[in-house]
Amino acid sequence: MNNTTTTATTATIEADPTLPIIHITRDFAATPAQLFRAHTDPELFARWVGPDGTTTTIDRWDACTGGSWRFVGTHDGMEFGFHGCFHEVRPDRIVQTFTWEGEPDAVALETLTFTDLGDDRTRLHAQSLCDSFEARDAWLRSGMEVGVDQGYAKLDALLGAGEIAGAAGRGGGRAQA
Amino acid sequence: MGDPLSQVFAALADPTRRDLVARLTDGDATVGELAAPYQVSVQAISKHLKVLEQAGLVSRRAEGHRSPVHLEAEVFDLMTTWIERYRQRAEARYQRLDAVLAEMNDDEEAGHRPAREETP
Repeated sequence: MNNTTTTATTATIEADPTLPIIHITRDFAATPAQLFRAHTDPELFARWVGPDGTTTTIDRWDACTGGSWRFVGTHDGMEFGFHGCFHEVRPDRIVQTFTWEGEPDAVALETLTFTDLGDDRTRLHAQSLCDSFEARDAWLRSGMEVGVDQGYAKLDALLGAGEIAGAAGRGGGRAQA
Repeated sequence: MGDPLSQVFAALADPTRRDLVARLTDGDATVGELAAPYQVSVQAISKHLKVLEQAGLVSRRAEGHRSPVHLEAEVFDLMTTWIERYRQRAEARYQRLDAVLAEMNDDEEAGHRPAREETP
């Protein structure tokens, strides 16, 4: 997924089978500087982060190496708080920690890189290293918990039919930024 | 070993088990057949299969080396669905970012152009 010779005009995703990592790659019609600004300017960031139908309020934002951040997403009257630290902020790379306050003990390490593809195109690579496979998979599963819940229904059916041995269903709620 | 998806991912965290799964996509095979290409004992392969079985990834009609091992493709469909939904959410987020970036472009063109465009 780090291959810059292929295009990623829509997001590609890879769940690493050996490490609790999620990789996302996406190309943008913008310069690295613009993409960097869209990630570090709080007003710009609030406009695109969060699932559809979510309003984001920035609570704390110090986008520099050693700074910290906190924002709250509001979705259907529910509030989801997220916070973390900017470990490293450079024009081509942002490293930050990420915690959903609904599960305050879990922290992910996010590394974002902006690669200049020329012609005002830039590749974003976002790597999220979670602190366990369970946490990583909970993030992956979180996509199912807003909107249509087909996957979960299907899993419930499988569990109900006893087709998956040794596991009781668990619906750990999780919001996603 | 909590929830099913974690079990599935954990089961697939091992390279031998991933290889076994890849080979089972070609069709059912007995433990003996599956073990043949490896330098490890049939018993070791049996152990790996047990982990895959507990995660719901494979099934066997009976214990024993002659009973064919079957890949439960439905579990993979489920994982794919999950990951695809996650991907779609990321893509929706990045389409909003596209719009923000396009506006930044317009602003830069209306105001002063970026330095690199000013140099001939």
